[in-house]
Amino acid sequence: MNTPVISSLRPPKVLSPVVLAAGLAIALLIVGEIVSPGFAGHGQIVNMLRVSAFLGIIAIGQTIVIISGGEGIDLSVGKVATFAAIIGSRVMDGDNTKLLPALTLALTVAAAIGLCNGLGITYLRIPPFVMTLGMIGVVQGLILAYTSGQAHGRAAPFLTSLVNGKVIFDLPGLLFLWLLLAVAVTWMLRRTTYGWQLFAVGANRVSARLSGIPVRRTVILAYVLSSVFAGLAGILLLGYTESVFLDLADQYMLPSIAAAVIGGTLLAGGIGGYAGTAIGAVVLTVLQSLLITLEISAAGRTVINGLVLIVLLSLYGRQRRLRT
Amino acid sequence: MNPAPPGTREPAPATLAHWWGRLRDIQVSGTATVAMLVVVIAVNVALQPNFFDQYALTSNFATFVPLVAIAVGQTIVVLSGGIDLSLGAQVTLASVVTVQLTDGELGNLPLALTAGLGVGVACGLFNGLVVVVARLQPIVATFATSFVFSGLALVVLPRPGGTMPSEFTSGYRDSVLGVPVALLAILAIAAGWLLLRRHRVTRHIYAVGGNAEAAFASLVPVARTRITAYVIAGMFASVSAFAILANTGAGDPFIGNELTLTSVAAVVIGGTALRGGRGGAIGSILGAIILALVSNIVFFADVPSTYRQLANGLVVILALALAGIPALQKRRSA
Repeated sequence: MNTPVISSLRPPKVLSPVVLAAGLAIALLIVGEIVSPGFAGHGQIVNMLRVSAFLGIIAIGQTIVIISGGEGIDLSVGKVATFAAIIGSRVMDGDNTKLLPALTLALTVAAAIGLCNGLGITYLRIPPFVMTLGMIGVVQGLILAYTSGQAHGRAAPFLTSLVNGKVIFDLPGLLFLWLLLAVAVTWMLRRTTYGWQLFAVGANRVSARLSGIPVRRTVILAYVLSSVFAGLAGILLLGYTESVFLDLADQYMLPSIAAAVIGGTLLAGGIGGYAGTAIGAVVLTVLQSLLITLEISAAGRTVINGLVLIVLLSLYGRQRRLRT
Repeated sequence: MNPAPPGTREPAPATLAHWWGRLRDIQVSGTATVAMLVVVIAVNVALQPNFFDQYALTSNFATFVPLVAIAVGQTIVVLSGGIDLSLGAQVTLASVVTVQLTDGELGNLPLALTAGLGVGVACGLFNGLVVVVARLQPIVATFATSFVFSGLALVVLPRPGGTMPSEFTSGYRDSVLGVPVALLAILAIAAGWLLLRRHRVTRHIYAVGGNAEAAFASLVPVARTRITAYVIAGMFASVSAFAILANTGAGDPFIGNELTLTSVAAVVIGGTALRGGRGGAIGSILGAIILALVSNIVFFADVPSTYRQLANGLVVILALALAGIPALQKRRSA
């Protein structure tokens, strides 16, 4: 959708990034199965999908922010997810009846952080990466102030059974939740006024404003949604780990961007979608599992993650040449 | 912030008159920066009565040098129209390589420092190639390379450790004729920038950052200039790494990661436009000192230790917001 402005600058499209990413995931699974038989077994795949879900849900917000354009990027998602999990675990403290208040409080705090990001970016014109990078420091400070360096509480049993337990067809409920969110987000991006406004703002802010779209409100909402989805993923991650630690979800920052890029969301804004991002999250998770199977150290995996993002960006994130 | 209209781009500073004009430019563009500096120094003096004592000055300047060096490096990349989010990781990598090669022996130091500088150059070159040859957006590309560099740092030195020779650390805290060595280092960095400013490469950097297409049309080697900017920034990251090692005396595979944001914040506070082509490193040096003094204030104002990081983070955001307001007004009136 609304691609004509930029599509002429892109290389001829042989395969859509979504198909390419899905192919990559299957190729990685086959390599894994060859290297270590049993890698692509049913239980393993379900487990990988479940781990992908956390990344996939954080990456929902990242995708929305990147589509909103203006060099939009949210580097604070990992810290926000961690903070939401810390708040959630302290409030619910293993009690099912407190799950709803915990979820409400955690997501409200996350939304407030996203609102600060959005306001700083739109009204104070702080570049998104500077604003969200600065926000990492603030949220880390909030975490330290809130916990005094020691995380409390634990996940409510219902949350744990939703994430870890088998609900329907022998599959964890988390996967159904992810599917539901994916459908809802895709519907929002493709079929609602807000979705259309978001793509318009991302493609060309001036023409969007001249068309009467509330540009600032659209961008601010994108950052709020990003923080809220990050907070939700943090709460779900809490269900997976049951107890929380101070850097629970920090490492999701880079993969959330990588997942969106793999899925074909252009960093320039205005082009993209969630289906690709979800597959991107699966690709990255399978890659991680493969690297762990190959007994590559955490440091080595960090290096490889960075290189993978660079290679993927060079495949379809390239900028225009000066000489045309 | 810079009074020159956007069309005119930094001509060669050739004559004395030019230099005087340039000096005035610095003062005009830096009024807000200097005002902030005066305020933070005043608050520091109020909280810390011995602020101007030799010992306090020496240890203060000792903590400034890493920030100042990395801020100058970031300025050069920003002026060229890019950004380097991997500078902090480069500092980490250069410092762990240096500390591992030194291994506590003074005799190994020359080799280790050369290698550390080489790491900075190599990282800068890698960034430059990724941004220029692969044509990736600098923000995301250098963000990705930052993970490569910090991962490599963990491979070189998996956990904090290693020692620097005591001559290296005590020399850094020494003073020459009453002037702390660390202050001399800052002055040397500033002098290095002023020399660099006169070089053709820097003029090319300003031209490319101001308008890459116009620069290209004027036969400026755009690609080479951009790569050079990243390489110079990498060298400043190495200098920053050496200053950290001299200050702490040991290696830490996470030491530099927080410096990236500080470097960007120092550039913004110093009045360099993140869009590129306008500004200079002197403002960034002052910006870095302001940020360091602010964390001093947070430390000495008896903020509970669990709230210190929050206070620091909020100050950085506020400083960025303040720097954003004039830009807002300017664009409104235009």
